Amino acid sequence: MNSISQTKQSKNNFLHRGEPWVWASGAALAFILVMIVLLLGVVVANGLPAFWPKDLIEARLKDGSRVLGEIHRREINGDGVATVQFKVGNRDLLGLDFKWLSQPEIISESRPVDAVVLERREYGNFFGYLQKTDGAKAVFTDAAGRIKEIALIDIIRSYRPNRMNLLDKTGLYATRLVELLWDEPRESNTEGGLFPAIFGTVLMIFLMSILSFPLGVIAGIYLREYAKPGILVTMVRIAVNNLAGIPSIVYGIFGLGFFIYGMGGAIDQLFFPQNLPTPTFGTGGILWASLTLGLLTVPVVIVSTEEALGAIPKGIREASLACGATRYQTLTRLLLPMASPGILTGFILAMARAAGEVAPLMITGVVKLAPTMPIDTSFPFFHLDRKFMHLGFHIYDIGFQSPNVEATKPMVYVTTLLLLLIVVLMTGTAIHLRNTMKKRYTLTDV
Amino acid sequence: MTKRISTISEIANPIVEIKGLNLFYGDSQALFDVSFNIPRQMVTALIGPSGCGKSTLIRCLNRMNDLINGLRTEGSIKIDGIEVLDPELDVIAHRYRVGMVFQKSNPFPKSIYENVIFGLRIAGIKDKSVLDEAVEQSLKRAAIWEEVKERLHKSAMGLSGGQMQRLCIARAIAVNPEIILMDEPCSALDPRATAAIEDLIRELRSEYTIIIVTHNMQQAARVSDYTAYMYLGKLVEYDLTGKIFTAPSHRETEDYISGRFG
Repeated sequence: MNSISQTKQSKNNFLHRGEPWVWASGAALAFILVMIVLLLGVVVANGLPAFWPKDLIEARLKDGSRVLGEIHRREINGDGVATVQFKVGNRDLLGLDFKWLSQPEIISESRPVDAVVLERREYGNFFGYLQKTDGAKAVFTDAAGRIKEIALIDIIRSYRPNRMNLLDKTGLYATRLVELLWDEPRESNTEGGLFPAIFGTVLMIFLMSILSFPLGVIAGIYLREYAKPGILVTMVRIAVNNLAGIPSIVYGIFGLGFFIYGMGGAIDQLFFPQNLPTPTFGTGGILWASLTLGLLTVPVVIVSTEEALGAIPKGIREASLACGATRYQTLTRLLLPMASPGILTGFILAMARAAGEVAPLMITGVVKLAPTMPIDTSFPFFHLDRKFMHLGFHIYDIGFQSPNVEATKPMVYVTTLLLLLIVVLMTGTAIHLRNTMKKRYTLTDV
Repeated sequence: MTKRISTISEIANPIVEIKGLNLFYGDSQALFDVSFNIPRQMVTALIGPSGCGKSTLIRCLNRMNDLINGLRTEGSIKIDGIEVLDPELDVIAHRYRVGMVFQKSNPFPKSIYENVIFGLRIAGIKDKSVLDEAVEQSLKRAAIWEEVKERLHKSAMGLSGGQMQRLCIARAIAVNPEIILMDEPCSALDPRATAAIEDLIRELRSEYTIIIVTHNMQQAARVSDYTAYMYLGKLVEYDLTGKIFTAPSHRETEDYISGRFG
């Protein structure tokens, strides 16, 4: 009897204390963390190994032909036959970089020590054997014995993977990663580096922040501290909240109409009439793209500024005014520092969103391949009218618009990884700043 | 409806003269024709049940009510002969002369040092020796120097409730005001901290005029020289504290003080 009532009570306790909810929220958090780790795992596992120099395998087939290439994947196809995917390169000779061979057709696989990998400016990699060098040219043969002359100037790098030891390969791997970060893309973005896209992304986020952060904070301050409450302010507040929910492509179209055709067109009329009808500012560019994204993020900054200011107790304002401070002094010396962690939180969210947006950029200035950078050494150094490259658009472009999908797959993953890294780096900096502010201006006991 | 108060004539050279003060929140009236004079360098207590208008009244004295939209006043409040309700008044300069301590202690999330000199800093004083001197003097006068002198540059948020309130008093006196308004300064404190603040109020009387709003009648009896009893926005009785608590001339005052009402 006693024990029955006890179990009943403990069951009640379990429910009453809200234990199931605690467990549910814990589980939800764990699930999210697992998903994030999984996503990162997939991206890293698919992206980074692709830059490791693989051995070249020469396969002899039953029909007497030979195939030289890197083995990318082995799987059992629909008919239950084991197949091997070879990257055979030599696009100029064979047409396609990749080839599926069925295992039963392969008589033997060997690793010829003389096999050479060439990274070329055009037509992707070449796998073959060096016959002789002749001044500015070199003569190679492929696995089938076809002769190919290649100008040395077209060769970026050559190596014999089957002769390399682990150290050599690690060195090459590191070089390739550095090249990825600092070089220009080649072969319609399927090869080479990502530097212009990285630079464009960072510069765009930076410009966007410079443009939208002050605007949002000032608007938030006005709405919360200075505007007289009334119908107009309420309407503005509702409008701002709703702005945060508008699809980003709509912002893009607005940016195209207002910034590019409107403002850009007017600037061209006034300052660059000699270039017309070729537009200078009246076409997509990094400035207009940043402004468009700034508009997209400004509502979040406004709302978070308002919330953060509203969360400061009335006593602080009263005490400050009673000490003889003006409203402006109260704002700059107390309210803004105290609100800064909250404002920064909103800004971090806004920045992370802006970094991942692609749709509005596609119509306001992003291009597949920008011949020049928005900042360079030619006067006046800042060319904010120029079109730019962006990692997010790069993912879309090489992943879904490229004719050579197999070859670009690792690039897609690596680009994704880089975009994530940039977002993490930038938000990490902002979070660090926020925590410093929080420590300094917290109202609770420390 | 005003009660003429016999003691008004006895207060020579009053620092605050309130005449015919009416105050409206929108359409509703919160103060009705309040008139009385507050003596210099004494403690004057305002008592009365919640909502009787005592806080509203002292917030008129440093124009704290300016923050409230739709608030309107009539009548006159003169401090040292200067009209406080004048819309042209330099409110900032005025608030240097009339400091305030609030019900809930509200130190800023800064160091103890920065809290005390907040008023001086915004007045533009930068001289380190002046600031150091002001901090020491104010904290000593607020009877908290011994407790915090080792940790002046630590956050004020680490102080206890009573210490925070004394820090707020130090902050108010750092700019050397003539009047200190106290709006129920002890209502959120325990009895020991309350006793410390009350001792402090008695000490400060020699240099400042103190106007204190309190719910606690024993406190009013302990610390004040004059007491005003307010009810429903009207000043019912105003006299020497000893007289109010021993021989009030109005029935309502007696009922309230003796606990039969309120």
